[in-house]
Amino acid sequence: MAITREHELHKRRSGRNVGLALVLVAFIVLVFGLTIAKVQSGASLQAYDHSYRPSLDPDNVRYPQR
Amino acid sequence: MTDIRADISYSDEKEARFSDYVALLKPRVMSLVVFTALVGLIVAPGALHPIEALAAIIFIALGGGASGALNMWWDADIDRVMKRTSGRPVPAGRVAAGEAMALGFALSGISVIMLWLATNALAGALLAFTIFFYAVIYTMWLKRATPQNIVIGGAAGAFPPMIGWVAVTGSISIEACLMFMLIFMWTPPHFWALALFMKSDYHKANVPMLTVTHGRKVTRAHILVYTVALIPFALAAGFTSIGGPAYLLLSLALNAVFLQGAWAIWRRTELQAEADGYAVEKRVFRFSLAYLFLHFGAFLAEAALSRLPAYAEFAASFKILELF
Repeated sequence: MAITREHELHKRRSGRNVGLALVLVAFIVLVFGLTIAKVQSGASLQAYDHSYRPSLDPDNVRYPQR
Repeated sequence: MTDIRADISYSDEKEARFSDYVALLKPRVMSLVVFTALVGLIVAPGALHPIEALAAIIFIALGGGASGALNMWWDADIDRVMKRTSGRPVPAGRVAAGEAMALGFALSGISVIMLWLATNALAGALLAFTIFFYAVIYTMWLKRATPQNIVIGGAAGAFPPMIGWVAVTGSISIEACLMFMLIFMWTPPHFWALALFMKSDYHKANVPMLTVTHGRKVTRAHILVYTVALIPFALAAGFTSIGGPAYLLLSLALNAVFLQGAWAIWRRTELQAEADGYAVEKRVFRFSLAYLFLHFGAFLAEAALSRLPAYAEFAASFKILELF
């Protein structure tokens, strides 16, 4: 008897692995889609990026930068 | 040279399939959660991005599934005794109780955090409270402690449309509360009608169902009382932004039939019920499912009707209507 013989047990485990893989792929696709949706409908995406930008400071709203 | 023969027998009957893990999430309960949450999400004023809406529904359903897994972990001893539940993955030995617990906790965390990120914090908090309510308040405490278990436990099943509404609006309103109350008040007559013709199961498991602790006559009276109490909430929803004339007409008819059924159950004696194999109780139980489905279907229909002018305007703006 070859040690590599396919057992019914292996089929079950393979089914479980494939199922879990599909769930994980679906989750990744969903999170990616959510990210795109959030970015598309998001508010201002600007940030300070390590240096102070007066145009983004709420205190400067009365004197907006041109 | 010795001939070694290893006689390894492995009982793979108890090895779990993927479907066993799906069964832990109670897919039939999840389908009701998906439907009512979807209605709450659609009828709410405003709109989510379609992908956000899809994510919200998936994670609300996953949260419901997580509480189902926690319920199966905690209730494995009861499930083992009852005929209806003895084939579930944990009592049947295909999934270890600890695995069900781990799955329940993991999915709870994932679903709450993801719903929060996809929509808003209040929706996530409500989902967390729903899971806590079902797993701890209902499953661990009330179910084995009081015959009013399903009355209070029914709140867990009533939250999904409110979560769907909050996912869109970010706040709780009278409409969300009425959708909650509709399911909350509907649950007792629905389950007690089932308990009347499934008596032996709950009795064997020592679950204090009203039929066991207070008798069947009292249960019949409770079904009528809760059905009467349900009607004002069902009709009141018709006068809010999610209702309308079509909803009100349908609701009036459905409540009349439900009340007539509850009245018939109250008037019957056990002898009469046993004589016809609990025909009325079974009919009312089946009708109660249609009652809830049609009420939420009517909310959807009203939302579609009220948005028709907006859709027509939208279509006209793209000159699609010129094609016809």
